[in-house]
Amino acid sequence: MLVAKPILEIRRLHKSFGTLEVLKGIDLAVAQGELVFIIGPSGSGKSTLLRCCNRLEEPTSGSVVVDGTDLTNPKADLNRVRQRIGMVFQSFNLYPHMDALGNVTLALRKVLKKTRAESNDAGMRALERVGLIDKAKAYPNELSGGQQQRVAIARALALEPRILLFDEPTSALDPELVGSVLNVMRQLRESGMTMVVVSHEMGFARAAADRVVFMDAGRILEEGAPEKLFSRPDHARVAEFVARISTHH
Amino acid sequence: MELSALVYSFFNAEVAARYWPDIVSGFIVTTYLGAAVVVAGLAAGLALAMVRTFHFRPLNFLIVVYADALRALPPLVVIIVLFFAFPYVDLAMSAFTATWLALSMVLAAFSEEIFWAGILAVPKGQTEAARSTGMSRLQTLSFVILPQAVRLTIPPLTNRMIAITKNTALGSVVAVHEILYHASSGSSLAGNPTPLTLGALAYLVLFLPVVIASRWVETRFAWKR
Repeated sequence: MLVAKPILEIRRLHKSFGTLEVLKGIDLAVAQGELVFIIGPSGSGKSTLLRCCNRLEEPTSGSVVVDGTDLTNPKADLNRVRQRIGMVFQSFNLYPHMDALGNVTLALRKVLKKTRAESNDAGMRALERVGLIDKAKAYPNELSGGQQQRVAIARALALEPRILLFDEPTSALDPELVGSVLNVMRQLRESGMTMVVVSHEMGFARAAADRVVFMDAGRILEEGAPEKLFSRPDHARVAEFVARISTHH
Repeated sequence: MELSALVYSFFNAEVAARYWPDIVSGFIVTTYLGAAVVVAGLAAGLALAMVRTFHFRPLNFLIVVYADALRALPPLVVIIVLFFAFPYVDLAMSAFTATWLALSMVLAAFSEEIFWAGILAVPKGQTEAARSTGMSRLQTLSFVILPQAVRLTIPPLTNRMIAITKNTALGSVVAVHEILYHASSGSSLAGNPTPLTLGALAYLVLFLPVVIASRWVETRFAWKR
């Protein structure tokens, strides 16, 4: 398979918390426009892997190259690289003291030093992409969980990132609100956004993912197209996990 | 009961007429001193708490030692040390400066701890979200963490501000010409405690609005999620 230079390339990544080794040598490359799904039992290191991709967690060894910049290089301008890596969190993490537009535009104003007018324009476009243009003046506590998560996605999108990382974006949502967030993610996928998603939404993975990565005990046990991994995986461990998750959802 | 004796001693119109201008001038000094202490103490406390978020160990150790020491010492001791001991190391200062500096240092110690607690109370996800958009540590602190932390700290801070500004009365020990100084020296000169009554009234006029305002501020800033 001939792929363009990957947007995200992880090589021999190790991460330990004290004596506990959480990542035991991860190699993963994500090509432009690809949607990679990471699944696996809790404690397998999925979230830690994602958080190493923008150095919210400091890798113990190995390298993470995003769009040509090695994040693990101590000289890397972390704040610059991070503008190109959007991140969406399980608990949304919206700023409660700002309205939706304020949340979306804060980094535009403070990091990109855009004027308020420019920021608001870009912010409104980002809110439009997640279908919340009419909620620009609403504060987080006035929004449903699904709306809050879509504002969080808009906040990441406003910086025009090269890649978006999703850390269990629907786990904190009531079941009836999950669909609205997945719809936005589906649209992003169609517009060609590169995405890495840690989630248990198997239906969405099956429909939208290019590749599914199964992690177990700090290693990638198996990866492949969703139909392969979900229907006839090489490892019994994967089949077992998929069966267990599917009956829950 | 000697009601007329009580009125003569504490509510003596003739003595009051003679000493009220002194009490008014003390009122002005107390207001100045209190305001200067609040501004300097809160600014220093906030700065210390901000420095502490950068987790530079030796510096944080010093901040903690400073905060603990100044919270443990009676403010009067600090005033006396600054005013009577510092001249020996060629750091003489006026009574007003010594009182201002001592009380500001004490308020800085308390408010540093309060601001720090407020900063810690802001969920970690807020920092992560801000940093993930490329904001620096200082930007994250200034625009995301502190606005939330300060809101949480307003009730304990207003209490502390009231406590420390009342301590301006300690300045009378080193002869700062504030309310209590004029009230007690007036009482001695007149041989009648009515100036003390005037002083008490002056404190009420000064602090009652502050206490009432703090009540309002506390309900106004009660945190809703």
